[in-house]
Amino acid sequence: MKSARATQRQIANGLFSAGCYLVTFIALAFLAAILWSLLTQGLGGLDMAVFTQDTPAPGSEGGLRNAILGSLMMCVMGMLGALIIGVLAGTWLAEYAGDSKYGAVVRFLNDVLLSAPSILIGLFIYGILVAPFGGFSGYAGAAALALLAAPVITRATEDVLLLQPGALRESAVALGTPLWRTILSVLWRSAGGGILTGALLAFARITGETAPLLFTALNNQFFSLDMGKPTASLPAVIYQYALSAYDDWRRLAWAGALLIAITVLAVTIIARFVAREPRRS
Amino acid sequence: MNAPLSTSHDGAPETAITPVPADQVKVDIQDLNFYYGAKHALHGVSVGFARNAVTALIGPSGCGKSTLLRTLNRMYALYPGQKASGKILLDGEDILGSALDLPTLRSRVGMVFQKPTPFPMSIYDNVAFGMRLYEKLSKAETDARVEEALRRAALWDEVKDKLKESGLGLSGGQQQRLCVARAIAIKPEVLLLDEPASALDPISTARLEETIALLKTDYTIVIVTHNLGQAARCSDYTGLMYLGNLVEFGPTEQMFTNPVTQRARDYVTGRFG
Repeated sequence: MKSARATQRQIANGLFSAGCYLVTFIALAFLAAILWSLLTQGLGGLDMAVFTQDTPAPGSEGGLRNAILGSLMMCVMGMLGALIIGVLAGTWLAEYAGDSKYGAVVRFLNDVLLSAPSILIGLFIYGILVAPFGGFSGYAGAAALALLAAPVITRATEDVLLLQPGALRESAVALGTPLWRTILSVLWRSAGGGILTGALLAFARITGETAPLLFTALNNQFFSLDMGKPTASLPAVIYQYALSAYDDWRRLAWAGALLIAITVLAVTIIARFVAREPRRS
Repeated sequence: MNAPLSTSHDGAPETAITPVPADQVKVDIQDLNFYYGAKHALHGVSVGFARNAVTALIGPSGCGKSTLLRTLNRMYALYPGQKASGKILLDGEDILGSALDLPTLRSRVGMVFQKPTPFPMSIYDNVAFGMRLYEKLSKAETDARVEEALRRAALWDEVKDKLKESGLGLSGGQQQRLCVARAIAIKPEVLLLDEPASALDPISTARLEETIALLKTDYTIVIVTHNLGQAARCSDYTGLMYLGNLVEFGPTEQMFTNPVTQRARDYVTGRFG
């Protein structure tokens, strides 16, 4: 026999879970639609020429080699800089700053930077690295990307370090481990998965950024390994080509967008796999 | 019998400390006061802990047992706002003195915590971690020391074939014995155990108690426990704490068969706490 309250409870439960399913479905449907249009429009343009030839003039054959290479160089360099700054700053905030005023100010400013519009970051780098040194460059682009990624990594690092159990910190200290060794050998290892997640979020963000590159790396029609010169990037090429009137340019833009999506996905999967935490058998 | 707990009826004294003979004292605590910020947590505790013996600290929650334990390796120094005054002499040297190097102190006074805290690395590296901080050892020496520590912690037979596997993969009881092995691998003089069995099942607890019995030949052991049976089984001396005071201290047998103070009588017979 079911009581009236039990029936009522079941109805409420059914309504709530139906609502959750519905909303999840809507969100996933949009994601699927985006991926679908990316795949259908992008796959057609994705051939070997994309990787072997440089960005063409309208109407002629070409690929995205210079843009892929430029993006790769700037993202790798930007991520390296951001990882060093972000992990160290996050560690300082979590382990050394405590409740100090200086710590609170740094934490607040980092949060501001975290939500700063990326075009402002581009303008800032333009002001300090491009204008005074007489020219657009890949280095300036990498610096802008680093400045975008660093706050994300700082925040993630601080948060995961604060999540580590106090007993873990204490048991390392109880062995006579100096604090710096405790951080390096125990806390960073223990928090590694979380720091990696933060780094991936940052990476996913900067691979698709266009605005900060427009004022810094600009773009480059030609193949160049010299980061002291204007440097091509996938987002900038997509921006330029997607809005153009030429079909082959638009096809390349779709291929570039698909490439970015695949890269972010692949890096995420590989990193998750590498950072798998050991589980009890 | 509904006698109020605080009064000492039938003439029993309020406190009773039977000191350890002076030549056996390893850790000598003199008039120790401890503060968590403004909160006064230990009130002038004075007691000596004997070398190569197990001393148990018992008492109700919040009485200051763990606080007392954490002064002995100055673990509290991690937290600004916590401070101690008085003297704690380790072989005659005051460890509350400011000139002391804390990592060196902690390599002499090891500690095992309530919850097992294996480091995120292999079983072997967990045990070798502390030794590598202070000693330059060859591979063979390290191997030997790791094996010795694991044997003494009664864990060797269970892990000898999987030393390279993560310490996080062990069961709770095994993890706790790994933490004991890690602490004794650096050969401390004093070993502090803060409710080491409270997260363990009865079988793991029994194994840990056997381990403690084996260790006391070489170490001065201080154990905080809520388990009176455990205190009675593994310790040579027992101290009862209440509201930040050491109420009674003496040989374990005396504490459990013929306690002097009324509070100890009530506590060991389970009438309060």
